[in-house]
Amino acid sequence: MSNEKNKIFVSCGEANHYCDKNQYREASLWEKIKLNIHLIYCKACRKYSAKNNRLSDLMKNPKVYTLDQSTKNDLKEQLKQKLAEKS
Amino acid sequence: MSTNILDPNTWVDKYSDYLYNYTIVRVNDREIAQDLVQETFFAGLKSIKNFKGEASERTWLISILKRKIIDYYRKINSNKGKAEVRMSYSSEESEGDWLEERVADPFDINAESEIENTELGLAIHNCIDKLPEKQALIFKRKTVEGFETEAICNEFDITASNLWVIIHRARTAMAECLEKNWFK
Repeated sequence: MSNEKNKIFVSCGEANHYCDKNQYREASLWEKIKLNIHLIYCKACRKYSAKNNRLSDLMKNPKVYTLDQSTKNDLKEQLKQKLAEKS
Repeated sequence: MSTNILDPNTWVDKYSDYLYNYTIVRVNDREIAQDLVQETFFAGLKSIKNFKGEASERTWLISILKRKIIDYYRKINSNKGKAEVRMSYSSEESEGDWLEERVADPFDINAESEIENTELGLAIHNCIDKLPEKQALIFKRKTVEGFETEAICNEFDITASNLWVIIHRARTAMAECLEKNWFK
């Protein structure tokens, strides 16, 4: 296992996994290094990486609204009450 | 054509975000949007008998929401109208079509990107809705609401590697969906 961990060249699957993690700033330095080394020679993963980064940029857009969970729970409760009243 | 059945218990989870975005684009106020979404759900509940099953649940809710938004504008417009009547020119010479003269500069770059951004919000929620339910939920928690990995793992009782696989699938699907619907 330690041998596996110290590999500099990783598979595409692993590289993608690091890339996903990196979108949430959760990849370690070593993982980022491995990812970047992989990206040097792997065109397919470069493409995936680019797409992934673009998706993150889009999602960061402040105009992507969601209702927060407590509001949703309140709404659910109220709906349930109304349902109960009806039947 | 298959008929659709309404299930009010799932409405909040399934549609509230989409309806919320849809409303915000149109009323530009978070609180009002929230109220309108709530009213929509209640109105839907009330007229559940009128649902013929021809449209999907979401389409049906949107059609209710549209009416709520129109009602909202009717209400605020009836107040505004009184104020507008009093506006007039101060002197006789400067009289003219004041409404036309005061039209804002149409080439407002900020306004344009604002519109684009809100549309993007709708496009993203549309794509999220297409994901399988669990994927959508986890993806939203992680990406939009920004929860910690560990918190999500506990909530759904899955391992971290499980979570990353789900996130990976969701991201791939999302990228593809947005590629088709947003970048064209």
